[in-house]
Amino acid sequence: MTFRVHVRVMPRAGLLDPQGQAVEHALGSLGFAGTQQVRIGRAIELELDAPSADDAVGRARQMCDRLLANPVTEDYELEVEAR
Amino acid sequence: MQRVAIIRFPGSNCDEDALRAAAGAGTDAYYVWHRDTDLKGADVVVIPGGFSYGDYLRAGAIARFSPAMSAVQRHAAEGGPVLGICNGFQILCEAHLLPGALMRNARLSFVSKPVDVTVENTRTAFTAGYTAGDRLRLPVAHGDGRFVADPETLARLEGDGLVVLRYARAEDANPNGSMNDIAGIASPDGNVVGIMPHPERAVESALGSDDGAPFFTAMAVPAPTGPAATSTAGTP
Repeated sequence: MTFRVHVRVMPRAGLLDPQGQAVEHALGSLGFAGTQQVRIGRAIELELDAPSADDAVGRARQMCDRLLANPVTEDYELEVEAR
Repeated sequence: MQRVAIIRFPGSNCDEDALRAAAGAGTDAYYVWHRDTDLKGADVVVIPGGFSYGDYLRAGAIARFSPAMSAVQRHAAEGGPVLGICNGFQILCEAHLLPGALMRNARLSFVSKPVDVTVENTRTAFTAGYTAGDRLRLPVAHGDGRFVADPETLARLEGDGLVVLRYARAEDANPNGSMNDIAGIASPDGNVVGIMPHPERAVESALGSDDGAPFFTAMAVPAPTGPAATSTAGTP
């Protein structure tokens, strides 16, 4: 089966996110009052052939742990759907 | 003559400066392409600055899986000296040869200027020519130089004296928001060192500073009893 994997990588809470701060500032300048806690991460999508959804999740986790996310600075979430 | 391998990745751009600095210090310096699996008898490895693989995903994230990096991992595990400069430091962190990570500069902008740093650890394979407390003026040129680590790692680095270079506090010289003003760190044995400043751009007074030269003269000196001997030179 082919699965579509959605990975959401975010800077770890508590670590300074200067991109998020800059965008928050820009949104304020545009008049969007009350905007807070803007954080910027990364979305990665990929397709994966695997025998089951569990297997696809397991392999996607390995991809995140080894390459797609940095365990020192980032957290990730996964979503897997059959195509 | 000591053999110094300069690892070249697609996107390296300080490789020629590093080669020239190492050769000028009296070493037999040569390039190793990142797809090579053989370091060709290197005594010392330098991972130069640049933008390997365009900094795609994260700086150093893809370069660390290059075939040459497997050989560098083995060289380091045997106690061989490895110096990562700028992008090289980022690659060493991604490869888990050094702890922590280098994130986007706190003020977002790419910073390219000379900064003042102090030498804190002289027991590494590359800083034996300095005296602790020496003040150096070295260029930095990076967009992702903010060193971060979890509190336990940071405490260990500080407690074990593994901070090699620190942005000078009195001058408020920290260009990137790095934790504890850290500009460079070493492995516990002192054979693996990663620094954000560019000593290869400061090896003769015509360049504005020769404060970086001792990093390279250190490479010309054979380790007394094998590559790991630096670890016996002192305790933290």
